Amino acid sequence: MDRYTLAILVHNRFGVLNRVTSMFRRRRFNIASLTVSETETAAYSRITVVFDGDDIAKEQLMRQLYKLPDVVMVRELDRDASVNSELLLIKLANRERDKRNDILDAAGAFEAKIMEYSRDAIILQLVGDTLLIDNFIDLMRDYEILESCRTGVISLARGAGTMRDGIG
Amino acid sequence: MQLKGSQIVVRTLVEQGTKLVFGFPGATVIDIYDALLDYQDEIRHVLVAHEQGAAHAADGYARATGRVGVCLATSGPGSTNLVTGIAASFMDSTPLVVITGNVATEHIGTDSFQEIDITGVTLPITKHNYFVEDVNELAHVIREAFRLAVSGRPGPVLIDIAKDVQQAMGSYEPAEAVRADDPVLGDLSQLDAAVACINACHRPLVYFGGGVLAAGAQREVLELANKVDAPIACSLMGLSAVPTNHPRFLGMEGMHGRYAATMAMKNADCIIALGCRFNDRSTGDRTRFGAAVHIVHIDVDGSEINKTTSDDFGIVGDLRPALNRLIPLLDQADHQGWSQLIQKMREDEASQVDTRDGLTPRNVLMMADEFREPGSCVVTDVGQHQMWAAQFLVLSQPRTFVSNGGLGAMGFGLPAAIGVALATHRRTLLVVGDGGLGMSVQELATAVSTRAQVTVLLMNNGTLGMVRQWQRLFYDRRYVGTTLAGYRQTDYVAVARAFGAQGSRAQSLLDLRRAFGEAAACEGPYVIDCAIAQDELVLPMLAPSGGLDDIIVEVEE
Repeated sequence: MDRYTLAILVHNRFGVLNRVTSMFRRRRFNIASLTVSETETAAYSRITVVFDGDDIAKEQLMRQLYKLPDVVMVRELDRDASVNSELLLIKLANRERDKRNDILDAAGAFEAKIMEYSRDAIILQLVGDTLLIDNFIDLMRDYEILESCRTGVISLARGAGTMRDGIG
Repeated sequence: MQLKGSQIVVRTLVEQGTKLVFGFPGATVIDIYDALLDYQDEIRHVLVAHEQGAAHAADGYARATGRVGVCLATSGPGSTNLVTGIAASFMDSTPLVVITGNVATEHIGTDSFQEIDITGVTLPITKHNYFVEDVNELAHVIREAFRLAVSGRPGPVLIDIAKDVQQAMGSYEPAEAVRADDPVLGDLSQLDAAVACINACHRPLVYFGGGVLAAGAQREVLELANKVDAPIACSLMGLSAVPTNHPRFLGMEGMHGRYAATMAMKNADCIIALGCRFNDRSTGDRTRFGAAVHIVHIDVDGSEINKTTSDDFGIVGDLRPALNRLIPLLDQADHQGWSQLIQKMREDEASQVDTRDGLTPRNVLMMADEFREPGSCVVTDVGQHQMWAAQFLVLSQPRTFVSNGGLGAMGFGLPAAIGVALATHRRTLLVVGDGGLGMSVQELATAVSTRAQVTVLLMNNGTLGMVRQWQRLFYDRRYVGTTLAGYRQTDYVAVARAFGAQGSRAQSLLDLRRAFGEAAACEGPYVIDCAIAQDELVLPMLAPSGGLDDIIVEVEE
């Protein structure tokens, strides 16, 4: 099984995300992460989906997406030819004084940003690719993780080209 | 110009060429009904008995004509009652525009009386759907719905319109009827490889589905088969695209397909599959299907390529341009050995023919054929009778076999037959079982009120025969929930009369001949309650999830 990242440009209309995710559910595609937001153009939203499957499943997924009238463009984003990023927020217990410096050292090493620092808790923000974030979370398991959440991957192809270029 | 929303709805339907609307009124579509009165010379409204019937009737209309079928229902139960009909259309890719009313915008999302999120409910069973909140978008949305319904792979499109939108004034500018998008050729990257594969094969089979009818590509199919010297088989949905008596045609393939068609599929070394989706009822065990053959798969819907089978070569495109591109690239073939093998299969099939006397399924359907007007349609419900009809009836023109394949919805038959009869203005034969007729028998009221020329051939075996067949063959004859004779006391001739239709009972071929004669002379619907033995089987049969070589051609008593 491989991991694929697809960018999906959709009409920015009410309920479009529902149509896309309903199709994923109905056809049982194995979605690892999904993000959606507005884009540089008010007319379109962009969905970035990371999914696990084989080449045939990827082809099937792309073709099923194109059957949805609200889907404008689907692109596979090759890991090496694109910039991939996600954002992590992680809240750690900060009561044990002897661990505070270790946490700060790790944060420094990963260039994580300190978003809150109090006697009880510390919230760190880390931006990076999935692997970096996975590693950081793993490292933080040495401490007491109170809560965490991550955005899922967003991705842009390198170079000056845009997805809108492909729209006829 | 400024018009009331409901007027815009009906004006746009008229503009799009709608002649018939099947529906049932309710609180949130009263305004649309009100507008229908103003356009009664242009649009005929057919009041059905139950909204499911409206969807099936519109679907029947669409299947027989290739044009968009239109149905109309109110919010809440009106819309949920449509769901089975919409799903039936979706599974068989037929063009439908479904219009539902909904509660006023200010009540949406508050669980108000008869409010249902029907766009949410129908999301996975429509090609697309709309909830219209702005009266100025109404005309555009309806036009888009018509375009989507018939373009590419056809399908149902639902438009849900809030009641206040129907009542608001909005802009309407007349427009031409939309046309389907031009036929497209998509991914042709594997065309050359497909050509090489077909040219190198020795035992080709042309196999097609309902896509051939949708594309109107029946001539191209024959041309292809002649060029590659191949026999032709089809799925249930493909029936009637190629005349059943065509020398190359082996008939329907699949779970209850004809013997020669199934054997040809099993022995072919190259299957050229057109406008079909390799449903499990066609392939049997997929791991064993096509393991030894090459599959060249052409479909307008690219997602069908490699969906259920491993296609060696996929070509995405509308069938007519795709075949017109493919055929000139192929060598004129002459596969004598293969033709002889096919001939042998046909002879084997002929030796299995049921030659018993009396009201056997084959005899009944052969007599039904005698009384059919040339070119008139046959509609079936779902079950044993459907497979018998698919195996035995003579079909000589495209779109003359209307059957719900994908969803397999019992109850489809009668309302669909009404839609077909009203669309074609010809006496339409409905083949139906006693189980399925019971599911939508109330539509006899619609058949009577519209004087629909439907001959209902009720193949009454007093059982839910297809399930009984499985219980007999795979469940050790434990007949549970399937025996109707002696359990129900329904007298279908009396039922027909109660609804104002005519009918009679047939206990012999002589009775049946007289009944068909009466039906042909009758102005409206006629019900023939024809006795069929309870243990008649549909054969051949591929055991569920078995392979093509697990074909059952006879069963010991």
